[in-house]
Amino acid sequence: MRERFTREKIHRFMFGSKDREGFLKQFVVYALLICIGFIYVYPILHMVSSSLMTLDDLLDSSIKWLPSSLNFSNYEQAAKSMDFWNALWQSIVIAGVPTICNLISCSVTGYALARYDFPGKKIVFGVIILSFVLPSQITMIPTYVLYSNLGILNTIWAFILPAMFAQGFKAPIFILIFWQFFRQIPKALIEASRIDGAGHFRSFFRIALPSAKPAFITVALFSFVWYWNESYLTELYVHGVYGQTEWTTLVVQLDNFAANFSSYQQTATAGATNLNESINMSGTLLSILPLLILYFVLQRHFVESIDRTGITGE
Amino acid sequence: MAETKKQTRAEKKALKERMKHLRSGKLEKRYARTGFIFMIPWFIGAAVFLAYPLGSSFWYALNNIRITPLGRIFNFVGHGNFTQILIQDPDFMVYLVDYLTSTIISVPIIVVFALLIAMMLNMKIKGKGFFRLIFFLPVIIVSGPILGMLNSQGAGSVSAIDTAALSGAIGSVLPEIIAKPISDVFSNMITTLWYSGVQILIFLSGLQKIDKSMYEAAKIDGGSGWECFWKITLPNLRSMILLNTIYTVVFISNNSENPIIGLIKDSMFSGTKEKGYGYASAMAWLYSVVVLILVGLFALLLMTRKDQYEKQVKRAMKARKRETRNKKRIERRNRRNARRIEQQRAKGRITSHTTKRDDY
Repeated sequence: MRERFTREKIHRFMFGSKDREGFLKQFVVYALLICIGFIYVYPILHMVSSSLMTLDDLLDSSIKWLPSSLNFSNYEQAAKSMDFWNALWQSIVIAGVPTICNLISCSVTGYALARYDFPGKKIVFGVIILSFVLPSQITMIPTYVLYSNLGILNTIWAFILPAMFAQGFKAPIFILIFWQFFRQIPKALIEASRIDGAGHFRSFFRIALPSAKPAFITVALFSFVWYWNESYLTELYVHGVYGQTEWTTLVVQLDNFAANFSSYQQTATAGATNLNESINMSGTLLSILPLLILYFVLQRHFVESIDRTGITGE
Repeated sequence: MAETKKQTRAEKKALKERMKHLRSGKLEKRYARTGFIFMIPWFIGAAVFLAYPLGSSFWYALNNIRITPLGRIFNFVGHGNFTQILIQDPDFMVYLVDYLTSTIISVPIIVVFALLIAMMLNMKIKGKGFFRLIFFLPVIIVSGPILGMLNSQGAGSVSAIDTAALSGAIGSVLPEIIAKPISDVFSNMITTLWYSGVQILIFLSGLQKIDKSMYEAAKIDGGSGWECFWKITLPNLRSMILLNTIYTVVFISNNSENPIIGLIKDSMFSGTKEKGYGYASAMAWLYSVVVLILVGLFALLLMTRKDQYEKQVKRAMKARKRETRNKKRIERRNRRNARRIEQQRAKGRITSHTTKRDDY
């Protein structure tokens, strides 16, 4: 009798009952999550550990994860060769200013699409979705020519100007986010403001904008991150293909890391070692470090962002 | 009955006609105008940074462009650039085929994987915040140079998973053309999985929007978790799957690690006589058309799948309609026959076995 009772209990413990999840299932879920989570973090761990290694540690096959001593000279060399502080400042500018322009132009466009009916609205949507799907390479060459004609090639204006007119990098997504969000604001709210004597613009600035804070946060975060990580177009429009300008970003510097490092090596007076894995990894880590810090500080906003804006409504 | 129906239809038609001639009201017009005012930045942007480049890029693609100190010299070559790319370029076709196969293989992997992770994150587990933190990490890190750097240093694949054995096993079963991209995907497992950050976010928010009471109702009716997944979760996430698939394709095609877009840039600044802006534009056009076709294919594949319930209802409706039609036809025939028999009988030339013959 007693034995059966315990067997039942064990069964219930392992496979769960109607209201409780079974231990087995939970165990599998946790195991999977931890394993896959490890795979996700693995490159970063690898980066951190090998960036701290000295050359001897790298060559020593018995050392796999933990370096024999903490060695920060790799960071020093990588930072110097990347011109870290300058590149960091310029990255922030190159990612930040177009983001602000994106916020303004995309919110206005999204509001118009959500609130007003005008002829040809469906076509506008079609164009927005098409411009999302089209690879940017197709417009790249004439745009390059256009910028050089306007005289804004290799300046930050090459990013700001399209962003001001809601044609920035991945702008269609942001327009759709704003559109989705403004649709959720009750129409009665806007109408009430109209009755109280506010005009179209006033009701936009006073009613719609303040209530769209979550959308603004989401768009700002993603726009910043995406501009920060864009290397292809930054190299083409802002940095210059042959590196003619002062403008550069951390990611671009990383892309040309080997060249940068060898030029640094020639100018450095002493203490420069050859380019090795550790220095590569410290360079990589340095270029994502600002974003990592941003992510850990603002992680709640990242994680909740898409929920709150309801981008997935369509 | 039929007469009234006809009448209402006619009325409706007339109303529609009248609506066409009806001008929209003043208020409506003003609203439309304000909408246009709000859209002005976008219209300007779309004209200058989208329509104009698109058109001139097509014009570039038909020309051979040489850059001289005096300016750009256009030389119309028609489809010359395209044929040159398709026939002579040693890299383009190879890269394109590589891109296509690897995309077709990795898109389902990424989407399914993202769905799995999202479902696990949606369960009641401890440390949810911590796991979310890890799984959204790729959203901020994924960029071309960083991935390139990680791959070149061997951090793109887990050494614990013996990829060599796996690809060997795949290679022995499948032919070379199929086996190579698959083993490529496996050997870059981490980078493939890292592409699924935003997708997890989208799936997660979709999962949270599904009504919990549906699962409860299914459970009361005796549905297992497996059935719940196929009959509740998946149908509810249909639009999200489409969105994620398209997003993944677009993301992979625009990723700067993609060799094709590197090739386009290289040929844009190549100093040789036959390459240059025109050649690169033609390449970009070819590439874009391929991407559009790919997106369209995925969209078609996922959109045509209708709801099982809707399908059944439709089929039942059709069957019922057919039945009623048949019944009516039979009734009509019977009535006709009966009338004819009546007539014949009235004329007095009928016997029981001639009822069906009417040709004299």
